[in-house]
Parts: sequence; C-alpha cells; structure tokens
Amino acid sequence: MSNVIHIEEEENELLAKVEEISGETVTLCEQCGICTTSCPMAEEMDFTPAGIMHAVKLGDKNVLDSKAIWICASCFTCTVRCPRGIDLAKVTEALRQIHLRKNKDHVNLEEVKEEEQEENLPPIALVSALRKFTG
Amino acid sequence: MTRIGVYVCHCGGNISDVVDVEEVAQFASRLPDVVVVRSISHMCSESGQKAIIDDIREYKLDRVVVAACSPQFQGSTFEKALIKAGLNPKMVEMANIREQSAWPHYDIPDKATEKAKVLTAMAVEKIRKTKPVEREAMKIGKNTLVIGGGIAGIQASLDLANAGFNVYLVEEKPSIGGHMAQLSRTFPTEDCASCILAPKMADVADHPNIHLLTYTEILEITGSIGNFKVKLRQKPRYVDADKCTACGECEKVCPVSVPDEFNLGMTARKAIYLPSPTAVPHAHVIDEDACLGIVPLRCGECAKACEANAINYDDTPKYINLDIDTIIVATGFEIFDARKKPQYGYGRFQNVITALELERLIVESAEGHFIRPIGKDIAFIQCVGSRDKQVGNLYCSRICCMYATKLASLLKRADPSRDVYVFYTDLRAYGKGFEEYYRRAQELGVKFIRGRPGELQEDPETKKVIVRVEDTLTRKIIEKKFDLVVLSVGLVPSKGTLKIAEMLKLPRTSDGFLKEAHPKFRPVDTPIEGIFIAGTAQGPKDIPDTVAQASAAAARAMALMNKGEFELSPIKAIVYEDKCDGCGECIDACPVDAIKLNGKASINAAICKGCGSCISSCPRDAIDLKIFSDEEIMAEIESALKDKKENERRIIVFADDMCTYTLADGVGTAKMGYPANAFIIRVPSSSRVTPKMILKAFELGADGVFLGECEEAVSPFPSTLKVIKENVEKARIALKEAGIEPERIQYSPFVTVMFPKFVNLIKKLNEIASKEIPEEKRRKLHVLEVIE
Amino acid sequence: MEYGYYPGCTLKTHAKDFEKAAIEAYKKIGIELKELDKWYCCGTVYSLAKDNIIYKVASIRNLIKAQQQGFDKLVALCSMCYNTLRQAQEFMKEEENRVRINSFMDEEAKYEGIEVLHGLELLKEKFDEIKSNVEKPLGKKYAAYYGCTLLRPKSIAIDAYEKPNIMEKLIEALGGIAIEWPLKNECCGSYNIITNREAVVERTYHIIENARRNGAEAIVTSCPLCYFNLKDCQKDVKKHYAGFDEMPIYYFTELMCMAFGSKIDKCEDNKGELA
Repeated sequence: MSNVIHIEEEENELLAKVEEISGETVTLCEQCGICTTSCPMAEEMDFTPAGIMHAVKLGDKNVLDSKAIWICASCFTCTVRCPRGIDLAKVTEALRQIHLRKNKDHVNLEEVKEEEQEENLPPIALVSALRKFTG
Repeated sequence: MTRIGVYVCHCGGNISDVVDVEEVAQFASRLPDVVVVRSISHMCSESGQKAIIDDIREYKLDRVVVAACSPQFQGSTFEKALIKAGLNPKMVEMANIREQSAWPHYDIPDKATEKAKVLTAMAVEKIRKTKPVEREAMKIGKNTLVIGGGIAGIQASLDLANAGFNVYLVEEKPSIGGHMAQLSRTFPTEDCASCILAPKMADVADHPNIHLLTYTEILEITGSIGNFKVKLRQKPRYVDADKCTACGECEKVCPVSVPDEFNLGMTARKAIYLPSPTAVPHAHVIDEDACLGIVPLRCGECAKACEANAINYDDTPKYINLDIDTIIVATGFEIFDARKKPQYGYGRFQNVITALELERLIVESAEGHFIRPIGKDIAFIQCVGSRDKQVGNLYCSRICCMYATKLASLLKRADPSRDVYVFYTDLRAYGKGFEEYYRRAQELGVKFIRGRPGELQEDPETKKVIVRVEDTLTRKIIEKKFDLVVLSVGLVPSKGTLKIAEMLKLPRTSDGFLKEAHPKFRPVDTPIEGIFIAGTAQGPKDIPDTVAQASAAAARAMALMNKGEFELSPIKAIVYEDKCDGCGECIDACPVDAIKLNGKASINAAICKGCGSCISSCPRDAIDLKIFSDEEIMAEIESALKDKKENERRIIVFADDMCTYTLADGVGTAKMGYPANAFIIRVPSSSRVTPKMILKAFELGADGVFLGECEEAVSPFPSTLKVIKENVEKARIALKEAGIEPERIQYSPFVTVMFPKFVNLIKKLNEIASKEIPEEKRRKLHVLEVIE
Repeated sequence: MEYGYYPGCTLKTHAKDFEKAAIEAYKKIGIELKELDKWYCCGTVYSLAKDNIIYKVASIRNLIKAQQQGFDKLVALCSMCYNTLRQAQEFMKEEENRVRINSFMDEEAKYEGIEVLHGLELLKEKFDEIKSNVEKPLGKKYAAYYGCTLLRPKSIAIDAYEKPNIMEKLIEALGGIAIEWPLKNECCGSYNIITNREAVVERTYHIIENARRNGAEAIVTSCPLCYFNLKDCQKDVKKHYAGFDEMPIYYFTELMCMAFGSKIDKCEDNKGELA
C-alpha cells in the first residue's frame, strides 16, 4: 500500500455521501482523539474512530473496507464526549449503510440460526445484529 | 427644498463587479432634490471625501447620500467630511449597497442592481426628512469606580490615579491581588508572580488618589455617565487594618480551622487570618462565618493575644454612597469547575488536581511547606472545560497551553528525572516569546503528545491515575500510569462578572464574557457610555494582555473625563410639548426611568439610551427620536415600496443597530444569500417601530414585515423585546381584521453571529409573503387606522 | 400507581425471570406494571441514518398502541427496548417529524405524545418503600453495570450520563454495598456476539476483572443483552484465561426480590447457575 493519498475530485464523494446519510458535519473534526480513547472497542479496530473521521474527511475509501465500522456497536460514548459535538455513531452508521444499501449484508442468517439454537441467544441479540448488519 | 449630492462607490470592484454602479448613479440623478451624482472608485479614500467637500461648496449641498458599504463601517468617515465642509455631521446618509446588495446577492447581479437602486432611493428620501441635530454636552467630574482588585483593576487604578483622577477601587475579598497573587511564576519569562505583583499592590495601598475598599460588595449602581450613584456595603473586618501588624499571634490562639481558600482548600487557615502572605491591606481579618461567635462573643482569644489592640468585636458593616463619573469593570474570571467533567475524576481521585492547585503546590513547596507529593510521572490534560461543546464552552481559554508549558517546565527543571507529559489537541503558542518558550520546554524533555483522553481511571490499589489516550499522530493508543494528573482547566466568567453585568445591563457574548462595544475598534468600551471593561471579564487573556487592556480602559475613561464635559449621543427621545397632555403612559414604557412628569413628560438626556420603546406608548404621537425620527423611517418605508411591480413581493426588515443590522452585514460579508426583495431599515431598536408603521407598510404594498432585535442578554437596552412583542401583537390583530394573514409579521431576537437563523427566518417570511394581498384588503388597513 | 408496560420479545423468552421478578417486586412498592394489550417488536436498535424513516416506524407504532390504551407513561425494563422507544419519543417531539410520520402511517391513530420511562427511573421516588420492604438485606458487594442504552445518547439518559448512580442507590437501599468502578457505563460489545464473539469475550473478561479489582462480588444489570454477554461468555473467558473465577450476574429486579424475601423461585435459580 502506498503511503501517498491522491486527493482527486471524485474522492470527495465519500464525504458528501457520509454527510448526507448521517446529517453530521465531518469536517468539524479536529482530530483530538477523544473518541478513540472513549471507545471500548478501539483496540480491536483497524481504523481508530478518529482515524475513521480523518479518512472520511480525506475521502480515503479504504475505510469502507475496514473491520472497524462493523466492530462499532453504536454505544454513543464517542458521541457524548466529542468536544465538537459530532455524532460519530451516526457517521459510522453512514459508512455501514453505504455497504448495506448495495445489498451487501455483513452477516449471514444461515450461520446465525445454527448458532442461535446452540447458544440460546436472546432475541434482541439476533434482531439487533440483523438490523445493523443487513440491508 | 433640500440640495442633495449622491455618491456611488465602486469599492474597488467589491460593489461594481456585481452592481451596475453607473445605472445606480443614473437612477439617483432622477431622484427628488438630487443636485449632483458621482460614481467613484473608493469613496472612503481621501479623494472620495474631497469630492464630497468640494461639491458641498460648489453646489451648495446641504445633504449627502453615500451609496457604499455599511454605515457601521464607514459612517463616521463621512460625518467627519461633512464637518470639514461646514455641514452638520448628521446630514449624511449611507445606502449600504455592499453588505446588503453586492455581497449577499453576488450571484444575481441584475437583482442586486435593482436592490441597490431602491436602497439608494431610500437613503435619499430619508435624508430629505433629516433635521440637523445640535451638539449637546454635559459636565463630567474625575471620579472613577474600578470594580475588582485583580491585576486588571490594580493597573487601571494606578494609571488613573497617577494621572490625577480619583479612584475608588472596590474588591469583594479582604485583599486585592486576584488570581495573579496565587500563581507561581509567569510565562514565558518565569518571573515570580507575587514578587512582581506585590509592589503594585503596595502602590495601590499608598496612593493618595486611590480609595481602596476591600471586603466590599456593590449593592446598587444607578444613573449614567457623569452621574452614577453607587451604593456599597463593606463587611466588618473586626480587625483595625491600621493598627494590625500582621504579627500572627492571633492565629496561634484561634481554635477554629477551616479550608484556606487562597490555597484552594488544600491547607487550613484559622477563623482569624491573613488572606495571603502579600495581602493588601496587610492586616488580618475575622471570618465571621467560621468564628465561634462574635455577637455574643464566645471565645475572645484573639483579642487577648493581640498586642496592637487591633481587634474590634464591635465592628459593623459600613454602607457607603459614592458619586461616580466613569466605571471600569475588572471583575475577572473563575476556573472551570472540573467536576463538570466527571470522567476525569476530579474530586474523586486523589491524584487528579487542577493547574491552579499545582501553582499553589509549587509556591508552597518553594517556601518549604509540604502539602502533598507531586511524584515523578506527571500528565497535563489540556482543554478541560474549553473548546468543548459538551460543556457548552466553545471558546479557547488562551492561557492553558502556556501555563501548562510553564508548570511542566518548572516541574521538570526542579527534578529532571521526572517524566512529564502534556496531552494536547492544538498547542497554541501565539504570543511574544511563547514559541521560544515552548521550544525550551521541549529541550527540557517535556513530552507533548497530541491527543485528548476520554476518561481517567484510578488504580484501586496504588491510586495512580491511568491515562489512556490516542496518540493521534501515530494512531496508537497509549496507556500509562501517572502519579499526578493535572487538569488544565479553562476560564469562565466570574460570579462577580455575571452580577455586575446584570446590574449595569452590560451585554455579554455567547461565551458569557462581557461584550465590547466594537470587537476591533472599541475593545475596552461597553455599549453603555462611561463604562469600560478590562481583563478577563471581557474574555480569557494572559497577564500582559490584561495589563494592556487595563491601561487602555483607564485611558478611555481619562479621555472622557479630562475635558470636563462630554458630548451626548444624538440618538435620544424627544417630547413635542405641544402634543403632550401629560398622561404619563410613557413613564412605564421607559426601561431606564429616563422620563419624568413635570406637567408634561420630560426626558433626561443623560439617562435616555435612545431605544424608542416609549414612542408606541404615547397615545398622542408626542414622542419621537431626534435621529431615526418617525418622518425619516416613514420616508424609507414609502420609498422601499415605491414602484413595486405587479407580481413582485417586497419585505421590510427592521434591524436594530446593535445586533440585527450587524448580523445582516455579517451575512452579506459571508456572501450568504437571502431573498433580494428584503429591504433593511436600520433602527436603534425595533421597539421604536410602532404598530402604525407596520400597518402603513402593508398599506403601501409590503407583503411581509420582520423585526429583528438583540437578544435580551446582549441588548444595550433592557426589556425591548417585550415592547416589540406587544407592538407586533397589536399590528397582527389589525391585519387579521383586514383579512390579511397575521403571520406576515414576524420578529426574532438575534445575536450578531446567528447567520443561518437570520437567513432562514427571512426565507420563511418570504414564503409566507409569497401570496398576493388584494388591494382592497390593504385599503381596509387605511380605514382601520383612520378609525383608531 | 399504574403504568403501561412494554415487555419486548426478550422478556417473554430469554429473560422471563427478569420480568417475573420485576412485576413481583414493583407490586410490593406500590407500582403496577400493566402490560400493553398489543405490542410489536421495538426494532431493538434505533436507526441512525437521517434518511431512514421506515426503520423508526416499529417503535413509534408501539407508542401509539400505548397511547390508544390511555397511558401517558410507558415503562420498559429491557434497556434496549427503552432506548429505542425513548429515542422514538425524542424524535417525535419535533413537529416536522411528527407531521411526517403521522401522514406516513395513515392506517394508525395519530401519535400525540407519550413519555417513555425505564423501570429504574420509577424507583427514584420509591426508596423509602424499597427500604421498608427489605427483609433479607443483601450484604454483598455489587457492581452496578449500566452499559450504554440507559445513558446514551444524552437526550435519553435516565441519570447523569457520565456518572450515574441510581442503581447504586438501589443496591444500598437493599442492604448491599455498591462499589465504585470505572467501567459501569462502558459497552459490553452488544450484538458483536453474533459476528465477533471473540471481541465480546475480551470485553467480558475486561469488565468482570475490573469490577472484581474494585471489590465487586457480583454484577447487576438491566439489559438482557449485557446479561447474556457477561454471563454466557464467561465459559470462553475461562478457556483463555487460566484461573479466571466466575462472577454472578443479576438483573436489578432479582436483587429486589432477593432482598424483599420474595418467593419467586426462579430468582434463586438464576443465581444458582453461576454462584
């Protein structure tokens, strides 16, 4: 992977799309990183929450293929801490939506069903995962 | 018949790139009473002004219209030109075709040109009705009240006193010195703060022109410039400051210990105590809330121990009345209450402290007093309570980057084996010597890490503080245990600042600090004449800026008082005695008690702020404003609606000078578009717009009317919004009776930065106003008015 | 005092005990939870996309059902249901949204307004009654675990969103000792249990060990998903971390029943599984 990001006109599409779906102004982000250290899942992520914000601002589409956006459980801790008042949970949701609206589900119902029987999953776990991870 | 010269400015393309200035000039030449028209590249330049002066002489002009930028921007320039030419300065009117046309409507040049024409016509019609206003002056003495005894109040007092003015310096605490007296060293020079402050404090105590009133609260301030009446209450000190030698024997016998506020509660003091080692007055004081009992006396040990016989249990509060000419508000700041960010554990974790507490720890330990260990691993967390929407403080507190750099340097220098981190978001080293100081701290080995921690945790066993933070430059999460975490807390307005603001009706900016009369050109004035601001009451700032501002405020006060008289603002209410029947309705309407009834209403020009709230209260049309008169505004309304085309809609926007007009200028400057059929009429306050005026506008063809006014908190006038609401209600009822939608009248409070709100409200009104009003309904308004 | 009560799917299946204990315990302190005649799935997660109106309809439909039954207050016990319903309530406070949704869902009665509450909120005014009903004081040290959905976003927080203490107050009122710990409002990993079980196992370990280090002997929650994740993942934690001791997990209503000396068998059973 090259360490040069070529910023071309078309790449601003990502920012525009994310801002449209989320209703948030991503360019307000000042990269303080408070979201990252507030995030209980950050250690599992390939893009830190602040990294996600930065990537969206730059139009770096690699973020769409990140693991991080699926690890986020919308716990809103980043949202209540962001000193700029950005609702990051909505930004991450927008990135997921960009996938899901192309009919690309993140979870396979067939696999889950088996597991459910085995584990006796509570219905909210299943329904919420399906709501979050399917289009 | 008047003789008017009209000057259309290109503003070096700012206007002429959008507006066809020649077409505007052509149009202006056909307006009534216009004798000469010119279009000039830069009207505000010397040659532009010269053209006006020459024309006044050559064409015997008695009035001038300049179609250029905002009158708030260049109004005084042209007033001065008129004075040079021997005309009354109020005989010039500006048509604001830059901020209200060329800029907001830059993308629709045809409409911008049409609007510029109407704006110019409005200015011509207004100036035709303008009457010369004679200069009015009042006597003024040399007494200044300085509120607050921190470094700002001290500096302002000394400057005034040294120049021969009389100063009453009021401080609510038992000693002057303020926050600066608590600091260790100052950045970036690292002077010992109390060492450089103490001599100034002593100067205050000794100065023959300074009356120092410590332990004193302000009960009431009434009146106006040259005639403020101030009521004070000085708390009993129970110690005669002249006799007390501050020997401290009394403290030794006092049985009561309470937290010492000078050390932020980290140490204890006695009920009788010296407020600080360098206190001025340098005398003890009895804290009557802490003392076992004064009336009746329950202990009395301190009096027995006092060899100087300084203790006086019979002391009582003193009530003091002062006659004051000018006021300087130097009421300072408080630190942000770190408990409002519970995720940082302040007050719960023993090793999380504020930077101000660290200042005291450093001073005390330098003097050999051990309060608590500081440790080896130390972290500073920046922007606590600043730049944080979650706590409602969007502003930067300006001093925290540098005080953290200073404290980190001091700690590191005292013990180089310490590991000192500063966690920051943006490091702002903007002042003189700051960048070099930042570099020195880095040379010392202070580690500046770019990242803001979300929360802190306390190790349950060791009580060390665990900091987790993203190093945003490497995108790695850092975790480290610290012996001490220092919160770099921001600055918030002090309770005293809020109290005085309310008492004096001083407007505040959205950050809560006091608002200056003009952010660029009148930075230490308030909108109220004779009242000035200095120091952190106006906003966070460091010591040099505070001192500079204090000297500036002192100089501004001196400039007013030195001549022995001052000129009154010409925007004042005036009573037509022939119409006034002495009913007194206006007295209740006046928010500042400027009207008295002596058979007929009479207005105290020194108190009247010229808002015009009284005008609509008068059943006999006997009150008016001298400038912004009924006649002038009616002329503007008529002219704004003249030659309205069949399918055209027009909106009249009344904009108060302080907020809405400035806001509209800002919207224009930001090139934010709003409907080009909205015509702004500048008024001192929209409370001077009577229901009659609003209805007249509809009768003459307006499709919507908007009234903008300062939000109460920032308004130079008290309670005008109430008047506006009443006036709007009355006008809406009349509209309804005539069968016209009452929502065509809208009003809103604003502060000067509410750009989108302004644009949205005007757009919304424009939608409401888009439906045609049938002519017969408009005519009904006329009939209604006649009946009334 | 009678409230409309929304159970949600999990309290009818996986977390029956939570509900049983709640109804029993609340009755003792004078609160009647009256289950809605008809209710649908709340949607479990609130849609965060600005343009996704249809996803909000499920929760709003439940609010309308409660309103039709004459309730002005609707109580949920499941934290996730509470969050979703309450966010819908907040959404519908905006006139623009109300008009839009009401016209969109034209087969339903119009939404007029209802207040969504979580069961814990009802206890704020009831501490005297709670204390007077305690027959067997709890005694042990408990860590109150709020998770996310009771506290965030800010607009729906049932308590101070950074440092809540309502559950601690309850624990103390029931004669237990509430410990202070930093992770009480952190996420358990939630529905990652479906797609990323390993991450949730890590969270479980982290959360339980932190509670233990701060002195806890058991963890109390109000969210069936937190409950499941913290409880069920412990067996995986054991595989990864030798010497890991299991930690009992309770619903807050179970604690109430235990302290009230209630005869609900299942409460005891629940505890028995792990303790």
